[in-house]
Amino acid sequence: MGVTIEEAMKSVDSSGRDVLLDARNVTMQFGGLRAVNDVSLQVHSGEIVGLIGPNGAGKTTFFNCLTGLYKPTSGTVYFAGEPLPPQPRLVVRTGMARTFQNIRLFHNMTALENVMVGMYCRTKTNALDAVFRLPRHRHEEVASTERARELLAFVGLTGTENQLSRNLPYGDQRRLEIARALATDPKLLLLDEPTAGMNPQETRQAEELIFRIRDLGLAVLVIEHDMRFIFNLCDRVACLVRGEVLVEGVGDVVQNDPRVIEAYIGSPQTTPYEQPGPDSGKGASDA
Amino acid sequence: MRVVIPNELKIRYRYPARALGIAGAVLMVVSILLPWAYAPTALDDMTYYGAPSPLQLFFAILPVLVILLLAIPLVGKARLGKAAKIVAWNTSAKTASIMSLIVAAVAVTAIAIDLGGLINVELGGWLALLGGVIAVAATPFLPDSPEPTLYRVKSPKWLQILGIVILMALLLFGAAYILGFEDADDFLMFAAFVVGVVMVLRQFGVFGWLGIAAAANNRVLVLSAFVVAFAFPFTQNGSDANMSVASQVLIFAATALGLNIVVGLVGLLDLGYIAFLGAGAFTAAILSESAFSTIKWSPPFIVTVLIAGTVSSLLGLLIGAPTLRVSGDYLAIVTLAFGEIFRITMNNLDGNDGPNLTNGSNGIPGIPDLNLFGFDFGKAHVILGIDIGRFANYYWLMLVVIALIIVVFTNLNHSRIGRGWVAIREDELAAEAMGVNTFTLKLLAFAGGAFLAGVAGSVKAHYDVSVTPDQYVFLESAFLLAAVVLGGMGTVMGVLIGATILKLLPEKLRFFADYRLLLFGLLMVVMMRFRPEGIVPDERRQLEFHDADEELAEEVEEDLTSHHAHLNPEVGGFVL
Repeated sequence: MGVTIEEAMKSVDSSGRDVLLDARNVTMQFGGLRAVNDVSLQVHSGEIVGLIGPNGAGKTTFFNCLTGLYKPTSGTVYFAGEPLPPQPRLVVRTGMARTFQNIRLFHNMTALENVMVGMYCRTKTNALDAVFRLPRHRHEEVASTERARELLAFVGLTGTENQLSRNLPYGDQRRLEIARALATDPKLLLLDEPTAGMNPQETRQAEELIFRIRDLGLAVLVIEHDMRFIFNLCDRVACLVRGEVLVEGVGDVVQNDPRVIEAYIGSPQTTPYEQPGPDSGKGASDA
Repeated sequence: MRVVIPNELKIRYRYPARALGIAGAVLMVVSILLPWAYAPTALDDMTYYGAPSPLQLFFAILPVLVILLLAIPLVGKARLGKAAKIVAWNTSAKTASIMSLIVAAVAVTAIAIDLGGLINVELGGWLALLGGVIAVAATPFLPDSPEPTLYRVKSPKWLQILGIVILMALLLFGAAYILGFEDADDFLMFAAFVVGVVMVLRQFGVFGWLGIAAAANNRVLVLSAFVVAFAFPFTQNGSDANMSVASQVLIFAATALGLNIVVGLVGLLDLGYIAFLGAGAFTAAILSESAFSTIKWSPPFIVTVLIAGTVSSLLGLLIGAPTLRVSGDYLAIVTLAFGEIFRITMNNLDGNDGPNLTNGSNGIPGIPDLNLFGFDFGKAHVILGIDIGRFANYYWLMLVVIALIIVVFTNLNHSRIGRGWVAIREDELAAEAMGVNTFTLKLLAFAGGAFLAGVAGSVKAHYDVSVTPDQYVFLESAFLLAAVVLGGMGTVMGVLIGATILKLLPEKLRFFADYRLLLFGLLMVVMMRFRPEGIVPDERRQLEFHDADEELAEEVEEDLTSHHAHLNPEVGGFVL
């Protein structure tokens, strides 16, 4: 693991586009466990960046640091040049939205309502507007219903508006979560294993959806285990192992890096007993 | 509890089971022509041959339903046509027989207790029980009906409105009738009968249809509900006894609706909610013209209402701001403590231990009746030849207050704020991660709910004439919470029904006064076991039926029928 940040940074393709997300030396420590260790990562606008790594490498923890769910022990995250506010809901307002590894929809709300909750931070109706049905309530209600329908159509969920989200098929739930995240009007979308549990056809649809999101001008940071998916999709890939960025660069570079191969399937020199494989158990840090 | 009978048995014995069920039901119907009791003092005099008492006649409706439900399908699938499939004959027949057995059992028990022993139960009573047992034993052998699809039937608007009007008329009649009972056992038997009919109709599919009709004619429903509620005092012939209960029900319901925001929409467990009602009542009492009020300023009642609501919501903010960061069990404990602190504080603000604000445990008696725009709430008025007494006046006032509270509740629920609340209830972390300001919204729910309770409390002070701290004990908070949970969290209709049941039962069951809490405990246990979502489930769940999309409905229908046929060609759809 002798790679310094500077070395890792060398493989970044500096395309000259403005840096949207800039995580600098983020460390997250839980007691004696350093789940994320000195990780730096940049995402430029309009770019799809992949984050891979074996189970327990700290990918989700890193996501939680980015979105304000965790406060990093040290290091700073800049978004569009500003340090991130400390609360998740403020992070969303600055333009960064996420989905969850284990789907976290509002199960007893309809698909439409789920998306409209995503619009909460972009609307201003207060209790008095709502009680007295003032113009602001009516205008915003019409506008957000319209927008929510558009978003549902965008992710391919037309016709499910009035279904409870828990009654939707698994793949639709994932897409609904993306629609809900898009409803917050983000500049950067963070997807935590968007194709987990999907069949190959659904995975292809998800891939196509993420490309369309990128075409809207959004940047996407995606955690994924499906290597074919990630190397098809991403402009750049970072590999996280045991809380540290092992290597970062374009797909081919990462794919052929001996250290990445070692992290995933082990090296010929070590016996499997000393070096457990990546799938031998879920790490506690990958909360 | 649920007896599972293998499908082969159901197929094999479906004809004998049907015959036996009808026989049992006929036995029950015949039994009302025989005396049930030895002496006339039990129930409403069931000692005659061939002359059934009103309660016996009501009872007979259930077995007659059993006979109809079992016999009508015998005329055949072809002749029934569409009606064969859209309603649940067998399932509702099962429910009808169970409910008639229960009503018969209630009657027999009441006779035995009233007259001192089972020896006083006459042949008719035993026959009714026997018939019930036979019917209940036989009907489980009938194949289960598929879910009724009556709600999908397109009906003309006039029919829907007629349905709603009939429902409302029955409601008014039932309410007036049920309040007329003096004896607890009469009341219980009739209540069991009403529950029975309601459950049978629900199983049959009528309520699904009514739900669609109500959703399509929302305005008609709300309007007719209020017309019925408004007309209720006219059914009482100037009697104050029931109007007193009715206005207490409304005050209780108004408070429960406020609590419903906190518990039902946001999902926060509040065990000290009665304190907000108390705060409103004390504020109104202190600002009233009572000789015992400690502040000699008495603003008009409209102003008092707003002050009372504001005081309550300030208390809500005070308790909410530090505690809403904890959740679940911790919040329940903190609010429980807050309720007690409120009561003890009101006890201590007596001039000895603190400033004299509430006269301590004596409270503030002698609160004068309201006088709004020259309408004296203390006096009886004759309207349409019927005396409208003091309690009826307050009943009407509370009706207006409740209408306002319902408007506030529904408007909030169906808005950005309401969606945020429900999102918090569903998954607080996800809500926060989607940009919902969870803390502020929870605080708003706390303060808003408290405001509504304060408004209800300000009327309660005048209605009760005196306000004392011991009216606002923990038990009342528990009842409020029970009303919300029993009725259906997050709904208006459910909470109104829950509040009515919880306030009405103790009034009518004074006989059981000592066992009241035991009965409530049992009721809650039974509800949580069999219907945890409450009497009226959240409308978000009903949205499943809401789809007005015709094509989709047809598609689903096709899916369902083919699905059933595929699963079990013999049992699917419609089987005798």
